[in-house]
Amino acid sequence: MKKIILLLSLLTFWLSAESAENILRKIDANRLSDGKIAVMTMTIRGRRGDRTISARVWQRNSKDSFTEYLSPAREKGTKMLKLGDQLWTYSPDTDRTILISGHLLRQSVLGSDMSYEDMLEDPYLLNTYTASLIGEEILRERPVWALDLTAKTADTAYARRKLWVDKERYIALKEELYAQSGRLLKLLEVSAVMQVNKRWLAKTMTYKDALKDGDGTLVNIESLEFNDQLPEHLFSKAALRK
Amino acid sequence: MPLLKLALRNLFGAGLRTGLNVFVLSVSFVIIIGCQGLYKGMSEQMLRAVTASYYGGGQYWHTGYDPFDTLTLDDAHGRLPDALQEMAGAGLAVPALKRQATLYTQNRVINITLNGIKTDQTIIDIPTVKLRGGGRAIPAIIGDAMAKSAGLKKGGTAVLRWRDARGTYDADEIEIVETLNTNVNAIDQGQVWIPLDRLQKMTNLHGEATLVITAVDSARPRLDPSAEKDWQFKDQYFLTADERSMMTAQYIEGGVLYAVFLFLAMLGIFDTQILAIYHRIKEMGTMLALGITKANLIWIFTLEGTLYAVLAAVLAFIYGTPLLIWFARVGFALGDSYAQLGLTLGSVLYPIYTPSIVLGTAAFIIALTALISYLPCRRIAKLTPTDALRGKIV
Repeated sequence: MKKIILLLSLLTFWLSAESAENILRKIDANRLSDGKIAVMTMTIRGRRGDRTISARVWQRNSKDSFTEYLSPAREKGTKMLKLGDQLWTYSPDTDRTILISGHLLRQSVLGSDMSYEDMLEDPYLLNTYTASLIGEEILRERPVWALDLTAKTADTAYARRKLWVDKERYIALKEELYAQSGRLLKLLEVSAVMQVNKRWLAKTMTYKDALKDGDGTLVNIESLEFNDQLPEHLFSKAALRK
Repeated sequence: MPLLKLALRNLFGAGLRTGLNVFVLSVSFVIIIGCQGLYKGMSEQMLRAVTASYYGGGQYWHTGYDPFDTLTLDDAHGRLPDALQEMAGAGLAVPALKRQATLYTQNRVINITLNGIKTDQTIIDIPTVKLRGGGRAIPAIIGDAMAKSAGLKKGGTAVLRWRDARGTYDADEIEIVETLNTNVNAIDQGQVWIPLDRLQKMTNLHGEATLVITAVDSARPRLDPSAEKDWQFKDQYFLTADERSMMTAQYIEGGVLYAVFLFLAMLGIFDTQILAIYHRIKEMGTMLALGITKANLIWIFTLEGTLYAVLAAVLAFIYGTPLLIWFARVGFALGDSYAQLGLTLGSVLYPIYTPSIVLGTAAFIIALTALISYLPCRRIAKLTPTDALRGKIV
């Protein structure tokens, strides 16, 4: 009898591990695509009031992206190019292209809670983490799985993550990113979702640096379209000056 | 000798005019020597402070370390070669590990350099012994300028975030166990000092360092060729290059000040000489008629002018010596603006007067006065005794 119970527990554990991995695979498949164009606004909540920045983003292969800031006037024309793990910004005021590296990567993006190095993380969760299902909850009236993600290798930026994943839509409604010591570093909460081409995606989310006080940065996706045929010239340094 | 007597008699005969010239020139003497002493003191103070607080007797740098390129800092580390480990074991060197990190304090995010240093070191002036023990938080020492800019004080805490050698984030609380009263920017602005073993553990860089600070006057060990490739010795002369170039700039600025003072004094002497030649033309004619040579006449007038500087030196010695000694004792109080300029100076600057400053300044001023005195006297060479006796000058 004891052996049967042990076998059943092992089987349940194996099934849940398998299932957690599947969940990650589906999350990745749901949110990542070969190409997309999005118009988004980013509201940075500061002590001196809120500041909203809008931008158009072209993203290719989930690793390359080109961002052009549309407003306010001060940021208009600023562009950012990410090719793999390299990042450049272009400022029309100075007419200079700067490679963001070293300590600059730890600077916040236009005063938001997001740093440049956050943008360089590998977006594929399945590549990076081993997931385990730790529970089932109701989050914002949606049934969710709680997943605990542990980094597969020691060179992963965040050693541990916790995800609360919508059971039906395979979208993470809440995400917590932890340091090696277990201290919470970043918090991502999705407050509105949208469906594009049968995929459920985050529409409004708050990105918060947990080590800082404040309400975090609110990101809102105004429009999004999938497009696998993004022009090649967009993903080059020459495009920054155009 | 008779010429000297004659020159002196003429000089004293001029009365108030001589007195004023001598006084103005003596003020130039005192000011120039005072300023030079101040620059010398500034230079010595700056070099002493940076040597005692950070450079020691020179440093061994890991080949990847470039203090002006923070982008490469996270790759600049390596295991100490045996010779340097022995040196550190004997208390003649102290290894330091440098990493980039982010400090969260008072809702601000500050990029800093995290310095790990042995707590039992006595080579540099940082009281690292205070980093021993402590509670759960990482004990840290920061400079007072850093404390001011980060809004931290002794006993205060902040959250530190860093990445280990493999790039994984970690974060923990630090507690400020001491704030350094230092003027050395290299150990203050943007720098946080924590125990070396703790930083090595935090970053998975066990036994590694970025640089090794050696004790002043310690003998350089012989490194094997492979270690020599990875660890390069930077002597005090190399390390203090910035301070020295800063001092050179200060000297140049000071030179402008000397030039103004000297110009005013020399203008007075030049005018006096010109006036003397015009007013004393008949005297010159008489002397020429009595048989004095033109060369001797030029010599008398040049000597008269030069003697202004000699008398000024004597006067400056009389009142300048106690004044400059007093100045060397009380020093020159610097305002906050100097600290903001990034100069490694204390709140008070103490001048240092060396024989070379005093004698060099005196010799320079006397020589310059002689030259300025001689220039108007060249006209004397064109004088004929008859014209001179009639008061005519060419």
